[in-house]
Amino acid sequence: MAGSSASQQVIRTGGGARFAIYTILLIFCLYYLLPLYVMVVNSLKPLSEITSGGMMSLPKDWTTAPWASAWSTAQVGVEATGLKPYFINSILMVVPAVALSTILGALNGYVLTKWRFRGDTIIFGLLLFGCFIPFQMVLIPMARMLGLMGLAGTVPGLVFVHLVYGIGFSTLYFKNYYQQFPTELVRAAMIDGAGFFTIFRRIMLPASGPIAVVCIIWQFTNIWNDFLFGASFSDFDSQPMTVALNNLVQSSTGVKEYNVHFAGAILAALPTLLVYIVAGRYFVRGLMAGSVKG
Amino acid sequence: MTMTVPKTSARPAKQGGDWLRDAIPKLVLSPSLFIILVFVYGFIFFTFYLSFTDSRILPSHDLVGWLNYERLFKIRGWDIAVVNLLIFGSLYIVICCVLGLLLAILLDQKIRAEGFIRTVYLYPMALSFIVTGIAWKWFLDPGIGLQAVVRSWGWESFTFTWIKDSDMAIYTIVIAAVWQTSGFVMAMFLAGLRGIDNEVMKAAQIDGASTVALYRRIIIPQLRPAFMSAFVVLAHMAIKSYDLIIALTGGGPGTATEMPATFMYSYTFTRNQMGIGAASATIMLMSIAAIMVPYIYSELREKK
Repeated sequence: MAGSSASQQVIRTGGGARFAIYTILLIFCLYYLLPLYVMVVNSLKPLSEITSGGMMSLPKDWTTAPWASAWSTAQVGVEATGLKPYFINSILMVVPAVALSTILGALNGYVLTKWRFRGDTIIFGLLLFGCFIPFQMVLIPMARMLGLMGLAGTVPGLVFVHLVYGIGFSTLYFKNYYQQFPTELVRAAMIDGAGFFTIFRRIMLPASGPIAVVCIIWQFTNIWNDFLFGASFSDFDSQPMTVALNNLVQSSTGVKEYNVHFAGAILAALPTLLVYIVAGRYFVRGLMAGSVKG
Repeated sequence: MTMTVPKTSARPAKQGGDWLRDAIPKLVLSPSLFIILVFVYGFIFFTFYLSFTDSRILPSHDLVGWLNYERLFKIRGWDIAVVNLLIFGSLYIVICCVLGLLLAILLDQKIRAEGFIRTVYLYPMALSFIVTGIAWKWFLDPGIGLQAVVRSWGWESFTFTWIKDSDMAIYTIVIAAVWQTSGFVMAMFLAGLRGIDNEVMKAAQIDGASTVALYRRIIIPQLRPAFMSAFVVLAHMAIKSYDLIIALTGGGPGTATEMPATFMYSYTFTRNQMGIGAASATIMLMSIAAIMVPYIYSELREKK
């Protein structure tokens, strides 16, 4: 996926066929871009232009008022705080959850490839299946457990939940990556008397850049975009962005401010979208490693 | 013959009783193992157990046998949810695969700006289903979206009210979900296409195979692993779909677009029927396990 050089041209094509191919590809570009276009143009126009059937047009009166409203004054749930506090909640939730799950994943991957022991494949299988369970299966006991731990309805509670269910994927990434890493190097260091952590710090970590980026992007995207855990385990003041955005849009009181909803949706999408634009290559690698392994 | 040989481990043969050195890797792994055993498998067991109790608003320990499952299958809402999942799941998987394969084949023809096009096709995967749901919810809304726009362009009788129509609303979820994931499936097939040996294809072309025959007989059969992965990923996403339904239709109109995940949530947390909620969650787990366990098992066996 990394290189952009097409390796083959199978369809022997004349000009007509190539024109058709490009046309189809272009039509699909428009299809995928359409919702983004709708969100962007409608977040920049007054409400009246949307309700009068102008959803597809460019704004006649350009305005950034919907953005200001979505960020700081819109009614989310009961309070008119805008999405800002929830955006901050999401950041406070994502940063520690991503950092911790990545570190644990790296250590686990290191053990599972370079310090193998009897039964490690079973442990890895257990970890892997944990990635794919329907989380409905853990909602009830997790709600009670967070209560017992005193973390119910808090941001640290959400960090904990995302850490727990993020370990599987981060371990998977690092394990597959470290498997390609020459075991001879590790063995040589061991004979020189280097210990477990020294080898990890001096030999494994310096070579882990690419997979760390993949893992961080994957975890960041997943945790930022999570809705189920946020909706289940947060209180009014600890809601993540996705939950607050949904409340903003679904709230049944007053006039539906579509332009504000679109601005809010873009605000919620912006962090992961930026990461995708800057480091899309790694994002795709993460997606693929999560499905087509190896 | 009695020595145990470490598999591919870097660990050298034991030198005396270096206990600590042996224990460190296991100690490092143990917190994760503990977490997984308690919070994944312990919790699965607990929910499974609750599905055999008469728990309502709070967990209870009075066992009632299979009663919750018997009641679950008599609830009309569960029927609707299961039928919806079957309709949604099959359309979602088939359309994503067809579209993904088509786009991958077209993109594999030495296309200029391939990188750009790929980026465009794939960006929806970076978005939250809540964002996707909101964008499509208002775009499909008859009052302001597609219908209103086409009417304002002069086609006064144009009607598109699927999202408000109990019989058609489930298809709007297919539309939005396909939009979000088909680019990803395209990327999986494209990776598969790039992995196919060029020589075989050149040979077939020299033998005079037509383009269609070449793809049907030689290339597409070789994409079997990609099809398998796509199926597993899409089926498991379909069973888990929750966010998109909440944002797009809220399960409505009425209960027309409820699915097992939304059913479980409302029975457990708003209708206070925890026993039934746990039973529905258990059935979701079983269906995912039926797909994932053989897949994970075969992947792990290949690796050995």
